[in-house]
Amino acid sequence: MKYVDEYRDAALARVIAEKIARAARAERQYKLMEFCGGHTHAISRYGITDLLPANVNMIHGPGCPVCVLPIGRIDSAIELATQHPVTLCTYADTLRVPGSNHLSLMKAKARGADVRMVYSVADALRLAQENPSRDTVFFAIGFETTTPSTALAIRAAEGLQLANFSVFCNHVLTPPAMAEILGSPHAREFDTVPIDGIVGPGHVSCVIGSRPYEFVSEKYRRPVVIAGFEPLDVMQSVLMLVNQLNEGRHEVENEYARAVTRGGNAKAQELIADVFELRRSFEWRGLGEIPYSAHKLKPKYERFDAEARYGIAYRQAPDNKACECGAILRGTKKPRECKVFGTVCTPENPLGSCMVSSEGACAAHYAYGRFREIAENTR
Amino acid sequence: MSAVKEGYVRPVDFNNGRVDMSHGAGGRAMAQLIEELFVHAFDNEWLRQMNDQACFAVPAGRMVITTDSHVVSPLFFPGGDIGCLAVHGTINDVAMAGARPLYLAAGFILEEGFPLAELQRIVLSMAGAAREAGVPVITGDTKVVERGKGDGVFITTTAVGVVPPGIDISGDRARPGDRVIVSGTLGDHGVAIMSFRENLSFGTTIRSDTAALHGLVAAMVQAVPGIHCLRDPTRGGLATTLNEFARQSGVGFRLKESAIPVRPQVSAACELLGLDPLYVANEGKLVAVCAPQDAERLLAAMRAHPLGREAAEIGEVIEDAHHFVQMQTAFGGTRLVDWLTGEQLPRIC
Repeated sequence: MKYVDEYRDAALARVIAEKIARAARAERQYKLMEFCGGHTHAISRYGITDLLPANVNMIHGPGCPVCVLPIGRIDSAIELATQHPVTLCTYADTLRVPGSNHLSLMKAKARGADVRMVYSVADALRLAQENPSRDTVFFAIGFETTTPSTALAIRAAEGLQLANFSVFCNHVLTPPAMAEILGSPHAREFDTVPIDGIVGPGHVSCVIGSRPYEFVSEKYRRPVVIAGFEPLDVMQSVLMLVNQLNEGRHEVENEYARAVTRGGNAKAQELIADVFELRRSFEWRGLGEIPYSAHKLKPKYERFDAEARYGIAYRQAPDNKACECGAILRGTKKPRECKVFGTVCTPENPLGSCMVSSEGACAAHYAYGRFREIAENTR
Repeated sequence: MSAVKEGYVRPVDFNNGRVDMSHGAGGRAMAQLIEELFVHAFDNEWLRQMNDQACFAVPAGRMVITTDSHVVSPLFFPGGDIGCLAVHGTINDVAMAGARPLYLAAGFILEEGFPLAELQRIVLSMAGAAREAGVPVITGDTKVVERGKGDGVFITTTAVGVVPPGIDISGDRARPGDRVIVSGTLGDHGVAIMSFRENLSFGTTIRSDTAALHGLVAAMVQAVPGIHCLRDPTRGGLATTLNEFARQSGVGFRLKESAIPVRPQVSAACELLGLDPLYVANEGKLVAVCAPQDAERLLAAMRAHPLGREAAEIGEVIEDAHHFVQMQTAFGGTRLVDWLTGEQLPRIC
């Protein structure tokens, strides 16, 4: 496949692997967090860990949209679908995220709620157009990558004067979460930030550019390398991070130059700015409340805001006590250090959200990597 | 005075007619539909007897029976339709025991309002597939459900066959050291269906691989009577089949990603949709496990058959108490090829 195979070349991978092995100093550890679930998936799927020296460790970050959705938001979506006469549309993985009372949108669907899986917000918009007598709500989730398309749909709905379409907005922002992980009081108190550098988001950065990470690297003195999602992208960015750390630098570098610029996609940013504004605070699963870390619809688009339209009040709901998703999303624990990993919590019956999406740290490790520690244990 | 033609019945309107409740009510309308459509299309000595069952002589050897329900959406897709799929899928399940399939039975659940023209198209396709495979549909049943309680048409087919003496093929016979062979490219069927779904149309030249595999199996069994395992990787794809073998046989597998045949168009579509070809359904491919010394001979026999031209050896059976399917990635690492979680594609067979 053209433009893809070039970035999956095994011979080139060996060349970069040798460079990393030569660059990594034996006397120190390199703990690198790949922020994005897309990178987590690539690392697991291509077996990249096998190509890295033992002292270069990848820590899975929180950049998986369904993983950071708090239970309260899932509960609100279930409430919307079961207690209002609406068709609720959302992306596939969201259907399986566990909410309170052992419910999920998929289980609500089996109990009669009208929940549909869509590939794009455009499908939800079309559904609303085709069924004018029924309300369609799009349960919008995701980082800056999916926010512009939601904004486009809202603008289109306005243009079409659609009265039966609204959005339950849960779009979140990457840089505040990154700052939270590197600088939260929790992290400082326990000195548990084991992160030396960050493999930065690829798709998100196509939209927002590389500039928003500059304050992260300056304030927390950690290098950030923005990377594409192909395995060679990840390898190259690891090499760039190791080199920065060896040279005592902490800069934002861009490995994904074929798609990401410093300024990002101005059109997409304008769209976001037109339709959305920042929430004062938003709860992230496992990370708690993070100020100015999510979007909501601007008052001028309020009639498309499902929260206002259906009077949805946010109620916090506690995570399962045994679930370590919080520590895993922060990089302070590995999936296998969670007591319920692979026992009570499996991809078929996820307890925590990290086990839901294939981009989630636990699900990726379960599906692709868990044979490793069994091999280690029996050795 | 009207001229009443004695014995005249107005033929079923296959151009504009639709299924209605009377087509399943046991009266004249049902009898007429059965006669003009099903008996006419499947025509054979058993159906012509118009009994509620079919009697046939039992050949010597071990009998095999299997049943399969088909609920595919859309009903018509590039390379096939629910009709030929219902014939191929069930014949293949019998063939995977190393058996020669003999007869088919078919049950139809029709939704009120379903166009008779489409039903006719499906039944003719089914009859063509059965004839081509040499496996007649010798008995059947039709029911009609109210509008909204079905999805056009559901078809259940049952097949019987006979296993030649000396053949013992079963999912629990994989042994460490055995070789794994696939009969051709993976993922064609699932991607063909996906490319045609109403809310996800993308232009592609990929066609479903739906085909009856008993001819290929006969050639394989002739070359290597001692094949250990055979299965057609339908729902859940190659990954699911190998995980099933691993659990049944109490072994593990080690695959080589670079050896697994996948069409570039299928890889590209999977890339776009976030799918893994190893988990995508096939309807005309099989996976074989055989002793290492038989692998070359089996591969040669497969490649000599039109449905096995692209056959490839993709890995081996290993000892593993955890029954993991591992894969050496083309990139140079190792990963697990786990059971599928949730659903990869809805309603594909």
